[in-house]
Order: sequence, then structure tokens, then C-alpha cells
Amino acid sequence: MIDTGDTAWMLVATALVLMMTPALGLFYAGLVRSKNTLNTFMMCLAAIAVATVTWAVVGYSLAFDGTGGFIGGLGFAGLNDVGFVPREGTTIPHLVFFAFQATFCIITTALVSGAVVERMRFGAFLIFAALWSVLVYAVMAHWGFGGGWLAQEGTLDFAGGVPVEMASGFAALAAAVVVGARKDYGRQALLPHNAAYVLLGAGLLWFGWFGFNGGSGFSTGDPSVLAFVNTLLCPACTLIVWFALDLMRGRKVTAIGAATAIIVGCVGITPAGGYVSPAWAMVLGALAALPSYAVIVWRTRTRVDETLDVLAAHGIAGLTGILFIGFFAQESWNGVSDGLAYGNAGQLADQVYAGLAAPAYAFVVTYLLLRILGALMPLRASEHEEALGMDVVAHGEEAYVSGEGAILVSPEAGREEEVAVRP
Amino acid sequence: MRKGVRVKLVIGIVRPEKANEVLEALYRADIRGFSLSRVQGHGGELDRVETYRGTTVKMGLSEKVRFEIAVSEPFVQLTIDALREGGRTGEVGDGKIFVIDLVEAVRIRTGERAEGAVTPVTP
Repeated sequence: MIDTGDTAWMLVATALVLMMTPALGLFYAGLVRSKNTLNTFMMCLAAIAVATVTWAVVGYSLAFDGTGGFIGGLGFAGLNDVGFVPREGTTIPHLVFFAFQATFCIITTALVSGAVVERMRFGAFLIFAALWSVLVYAVMAHWGFGGGWLAQEGTLDFAGGVPVEMASGFAALAAAVVVGARKDYGRQALLPHNAAYVLLGAGLLWFGWFGFNGGSGFSTGDPSVLAFVNTLLCPACTLIVWFALDLMRGRKVTAIGAATAIIVGCVGITPAGGYVSPAWAMVLGALAALPSYAVIVWRTRTRVDETLDVLAAHGIAGLTGILFIGFFAQESWNGVSDGLAYGNAGQLADQVYAGLAAPAYAFVVTYLLLRILGALMPLRASEHEEALGMDVVAHGEEAYVSGEGAILVSPEAGREEEVAVRP
Repeated sequence: MRKGVRVKLVIGIVRPEKANEVLEALYRADIRGFSLSRVQGHGGELDRVETYRGTTVKMGLSEKVRFEIAVSEPFVQLTIDALREGGRTGEVGDGKIFVIDLVEAVRIRTGERAEGAVTPVTP
């Protein structure tokens, strides 16, 4: 039975989540050097293009058709049988459910780009994104959302601690290892070129996250309301603790730290949103700051150029949220299950399975995928191209162009000369 | 200045992506006083062609970084070497170095002149 109120909300929520990907593009673009602004943004936009197609063709079906343990079937491939009739257990048209889930696949794929910005070739990234959205995202979405083994086991994951946050975070680590560090990493200070972009991007992500978490109940019912409100409470607490950590370490509260804290708080509440009480959501927000902050501090001292800290902000905060459910889920709030603190130790075990399996699968499959791709094509730009900046090299555009000294040429002439641009 | 020119201005125009390496090379050569500005220029390199929504343009000017380094005579060659060492890629567009005589140099804080004005102070 279709519920019009639920459908109306889910249409809006879908649009909100889609907006998160350009918001992520803005967030990432502000964190890189100015010569890579457009390329970084374009990786996120490209994820919208690529992952939407792979999701419609095969990803959605593999994630949401049937109850196979590891992976779904091909019954919904090419949107076969996906129409206006609701999926079992939902009150919204199946097409809306598909579109909502598509926006999750898109942003997760875009998130991984944060590990390889400023050096990965754009073409190679497109191929990687297409394969990753199926081989990693669709599989893990099946485990957590689509009736796969974690869902059967009883793991609670409200809005994607497994397929979105841990998948992208640990895949990012693998991608950074395979693609390798930027040539200047560890030798020069590689600073964010526009902190205001970063703050605006984080703010828009938080805004979109109300659709992400608030829509993950697929209705306007209690779990959605709980998740929606927890999405306000949790990141606010993360912000406050992050401020305190910044003060203790550097005597100043930093803006980019605040933007990071918003992401960490939103990620932390993602799996737990509909399962923990508002009070526990606030505790989770405060707690989630600690491991992510520690990983950021540690990571920058290593040779691993996981450039935009996807592991810390998504992988680690997602893991924190998944485990937190095991302790503090409350049946009186969620109507599903209690955690350890309310007498159900079994729930913690189910959460630990997810916390072990998700990082392992995401890391290993991403690692192998990029190793194979890397054997077939160069994954990264040459040192010379990296020095010039990926905007000019990959797109023939610059983000901050003055037009001084630019000479108009006819389109035909332009195309001929484009071939001979670089010696 | 009295009796021959003892202070020269070395101007080095280099690729922006090489600016950091030039800074390192200057540091290693113990050359501490300089200023740096972003300029646009053209030095015979192939033009970049960029397209913005169907408008194709040839970018006649490239971003460059201009170092201005006032040094006493014995430091001129060291400065040139540092600029070349840090700024060179071997391709057209690496930039130029110009050396000109300075009529006068004054340190604002102390009023020192000539070599005194361009010799780094050890704090």
C-alpha cells in the first residue's frame, strides 16, 4: 500500500541526498590546491554520472534482489520489475526506493576519490568508479541493507555504516596505498586553498544528511523522526569535543577542524540514527570525535597520502557508530533490539562481525581492483602533469582564470591545436 | 653608490610549481632576503588551449613567480645558481634571470646602506 506522506518525504529525501555529492565536491575542492579545484570537484560529479548508470543497470539488482548471503540476484537488472508497486515492507513506489538507494551509491563512490585527488588520471578514475560501485558498494549494500548475511545475522545499520562509511573509508586507504603519494607529499606543505568552500561544503553535507538519515526509515514513521533529530544532536556534540581537542593541541579552534567534525558527527550517527535514544546520540557524537581525531593526527605522520582523510572521517567514525549500537541500542526507542547496556550482549557480537568484515572486504577488493587496473593502464598522471595541476591537464580549464592574455580562436582551430598543446 | 657598484638586484622569473624548489635552493645557499610575486608572462612556450562552454581560447600568458633578490657582488653567482638549480625542468618556459645594478639599498629599520642593507642579520 502506497502512503502518500511517506512518498512525498522520500522524494524530498532523495533530492537532499543527491545534493550531498556536489556538496562533497565543494568540500573536497576547498581542501586541495587551487590548480586541482576543478578536477577534484569533477571526480564527485563524475560519480553521479557513472554510479547512477551502473546502479540502474546492475548494482541495484545485486544489492536488493533476493536474500542470497553474499550477493543479490539479477531480477532487477536494468530496472526490470522496478515500477510503482512498492517493495515488500515499504510504502513508497519501488522506483522511489531505487532512486533513494542510487544516491547512496553515488556519494559513496564519490567519497573514495578523496584518497586519490591531485594525481589520479581522470579516465582511470571513471573506470575505477564504475567497477567499484558494483564490486564493493553493491555487494556491501546487499550485506547491510538488501537482506544479505549481515542483515540476516541481525547487524543493525540504519543508514549505511557498513556500505557507505566503512566501505568508502577502508577503500580509500587501499586506493591511497596503490595509487601512491603525491610527488610533493611530505616535502612541501600542501595546504587547503579555500577554507570557506570547506565550511560551506560541510554545511551542505549536514543539510543533505537529514535526508540521508531521515530517509533511511523509508517513511515518516518513528525511526525516521528519531534518526532525523539525532542527525542534529550528534554532530553538534562532535563539534564541541573537536573544539576542545583543537584547543588542547594547538591553542586555537580551527575552521577546517570544525568542518571535519561535522562530517565525523554525521557519519557516527549514520548507522545508529534510528536505533539509539537522543541522549545516547549526543554521547556518541562526543565519543566519535576521539578515534577520528587520533587517526587524522597519526595519518599525517605516515607516508600514506590518504589525501583528504576519508579513512578517519568515514571509516573510523562509521566503525565507531556501528559498535556504539552494540552497546546502547534501546528497544524502547527503536522497537527492534537492545544493546549490551540494556542486557543484550548478542547485539554487540553482531555489530563486531560488521566491524571486522566490512573493513576487510572493502580494503582487499579495492586493493585488488586497483592493482589489476594499474596493470592495464596508468593510474596516475606524470610528475610534469601533477606539477601543472590536474585542472589544465585533465579538463583544459582553470578554476580561477582571469582571461588576461587569452586569445579567442575559432572552435575548429582550437581542436586542431589541442592535440599539440603539450610537448 | 661610491666607487663601483657593489649591490645588484637579481630578478628570477620561474614556474610557479618550481617556486618551492627555488626557495629551498636559496635557503641552502644562505640567501635569506628576497621578495616574491605572482606575475603573468610569455616566454616562447607553446600556448595552452582551453575551452569554456564552446569558447576556445589560447592562453597567451602563463603564471610565473618572480623573485627579486638584492645581494652584494660576491653572492650574485650563488643566487643565479640557486635559481637555475631550483627552477629548471629543461623544457621551454623555465623562465629567465636578470641582473641589474642597484643605485642604492637602504634597510628601513636601521638606515644601513649598500652591502649593510642586504646582509642578513643574525637574530
